[in-house]
Amino acid sequence: MAVPDSFGRGLLRRRSPIQRSLRRRLRLLPVVPSILLLALFMLAPVAWSFYASFTNAALSGKAAVNPQWVGLDNYARMLTDSVFPLSAWLTVVFVVVSAILGQNALGLGIALLMTRSGGATASLVGTAVVASWILPEIVAAFAAYAYFSQDGTLNQLLGMLGVQGANWLYAFPMAAIVLANVWRGTAFSMLVYRAALSQVPRDISEAALMDGAGGWQRLAFITLPIIRGSIATNLMLITLQTLAVFTLIWVMTAGGPSNASTTLPVLAYQEAFKLGDIGYGTAIASVLILIGMVFGAVYVRLIRGAKS
Amino acid sequence: MRRPVRIGAALLGVVGLLASAACSTQPQAVSKQTIKIVYQKTDSFTALDKVFQDAKQEFEAANAGVTVDLEPIQANDDDYGTKLALSQRSPDTAPDVFYEDTFKVRSDVDAGYLFKLDSQLAAWDEWSKFNEGAKAAGRGDDGSLYAVPLGTDTRAIWYNKTVLQKAGIPLPWQPKTWDDILAAARKMKAADPGVIPFSMYAGKGTGEGTVMQSFYELLYGTGSSLYSESDKKWVVGSKGFTDSLQFLKTLYDEKLSVTPADALDSNVWKKVFGQWLPQGKMGATVEGSYAPSFWQKGGSYEWAGYAQDMGVAKFPTQFGQDPGGVSMSGGWTLAVGAKTKSPDLAFKFLTTAVNKKNALAFDVNNSQIAVRTDVASDPGYQAANPFVKDVSNLVGVTHYRPATADYPKISLAVQQATEAVITGKQSPAEAAAEYDASVKKLVGDTKVMQK
Repeated sequence: MAVPDSFGRGLLRRRSPIQRSLRRRLRLLPVVPSILLLALFMLAPVAWSFYASFTNAALSGKAAVNPQWVGLDNYARMLTDSVFPLSAWLTVVFVVVSAILGQNALGLGIALLMTRSGGATASLVGTAVVASWILPEIVAAFAAYAYFSQDGTLNQLLGMLGVQGANWLYAFPMAAIVLANVWRGTAFSMLVYRAALSQVPRDISEAALMDGAGGWQRLAFITLPIIRGSIATNLMLITLQTLAVFTLIWVMTAGGPSNASTTLPVLAYQEAFKLGDIGYGTAIASVLILIGMVFGAVYVRLIRGAKS
Repeated sequence: MRRPVRIGAALLGVVGLLASAACSTQPQAVSKQTIKIVYQKTDSFTALDKVFQDAKQEFEAANAGVTVDLEPIQANDDDYGTKLALSQRSPDTAPDVFYEDTFKVRSDVDAGYLFKLDSQLAAWDEWSKFNEGAKAAGRGDDGSLYAVPLGTDTRAIWYNKTVLQKAGIPLPWQPKTWDDILAAARKMKAADPGVIPFSMYAGKGTGEGTVMQSFYELLYGTGSSLYSESDKKWVVGSKGFTDSLQFLKTLYDEKLSVTPADALDSNVWKKVFGQWLPQGKMGATVEGSYAPSFWQKGGSYEWAGYAQDMGVAKFPTQFGQDPGGVSMSGGWTLAVGAKTKSPDLAFKFLTTAVNKKNALAFDVNNSQIAVRTDVASDPGYQAANPFVKDVSNLVGVTHYRPATADYPKISLAVQQATEAVITGKQSPAEAAAEYDASVKKLVGDTKVMQK
């Protein structure tokens, strides 16, 4: 641990190396409780989940009393499972389309427009966008269900225009949940980008303007490179959030019809709790964690690149 | 070194606090005993809650110093089963007495959740009043008894007389074959294109309802079955399975049933009971003997005219072969938790909850088929609704689900097959082939037989 203040360094200099390292270790002591708590409530469940994925643990039956170690059986089963590959693919589609493209790009766009527009318009738009974000997920999910369902708001609006709407949740389940997730999550990206854009020095932009750079050029060569770190952080957060989305999908489509919107969290829930197969369910959850780590590693590189 | 000591002491304090919080549930003094009862309660299912409220009063009055702690779980059948199984995993949360679905008894006995009741039942004088067939519902694979049945049910065709009359179908209606059903449904459609002639559940939305109130009535009427009890193997590759899927496909393709989108909505049954049948927009559906509980006074969809407007018919076999009809039965039981600290007290409460008075109230309020012979012969039970006799007679042609630990997964595979067929994703033959493949994968080749 680095000790940046000269005051501390002055004190250390008068002690022997052994005393110094002891002191340094003691300085970590106040952090120990929080590390213990983190380990207890965050790491332990993850570790347990990894462990359970190598067993045939179940909610009922013989395996509920004596779960057996089955090695990689649960992971091998994924390869032959007819739903798993589809489900993994849908999860990636859901994350890329609704978070990386939808929430991220729309959030940035709204933030840019808000910096240009007047205060009243900006706060009006901001309130409308943030409203969906502050709703509890279960409420947002029911709102989205009420909007897209067969006799829902969307079809009533279309009806007024004389258009017969489709049964969206049945005919286009993925599109509906992607749109719902964009609606719900855009506010977060917008807030991140509002904060980042306010940090872009005005004079650089103005200098570029003087040099004859157009709007797109200033965005691509000045604004975006400056806020690159915020972009990576935002992408990381919304990706992890979207990977874990369950309530929204469960309420809107429950993964159907015929598994057309079964993402990995929905599949893991079905296997673990609907079918009582805890072992296989936790194996799916473990794969989900791995996917999150892959995305995370990519973003961490982006952030490092931004800093260097 | 003073500071580290102080920090260390503080740290110990934190750990101690955490530890004490984790072990705060210490055994309580024995002078005041509490038994915990876990059961299901929903907006449309309060009959059991009433029984337990009454039993609590009765029991506490008779047993001074004992408190009955009622813990209803607000959930549908699936989620109730999950929550119950989760609560069984720790002695702190495990119930003393609980409400248990018959088809889960065997696998939960395997899991060690249920207390063996053989000696208690042998000493209980009212046990002889229970129907012999119904007693088997609480039997584990080891032959011992683990649960006491509360009531059972059967499935039948419920039809709206006015819709059938309009289509010129003579009443009372009793189709003899599957073709009779299709012929009648086509007539209804021709007479009024606005009605849904014959509803049968399909797909995963209605869950266990899809198999209990639809697919098995078809499958068991072909002479085929899901599981061979004598061989202890799952049946695959049967013509009956494909034929049953084909029948559903015909119903949905010719728009004789609800739309596939409605079928996949897990709330479709609410529309069947609450709107379509009472409003004369549906000709017939396959549903349980408990149907009148929704319509009678105090039910979720009160409908004073149901006794005159509705009729009940036996679901026919495929070509009218013996025994001429088919039904499915399930039902629920009460069991004592294996982790209970006072099994005798728990059993005593259980017997209070299923005594004649409480069993009668439950069977009447929930339109259950009585499993106690003294309740079955009670005039109050026989007058509960006009259909009691018809649906009780179906016990003669009924089937039970194979209550093995694999069953829930097999059930899901069947639901998946029906969903693939009604949405047009697969043909009946393709869906049946996929079902065969998934059964083999789920239970292993050695536990599968071709028939």
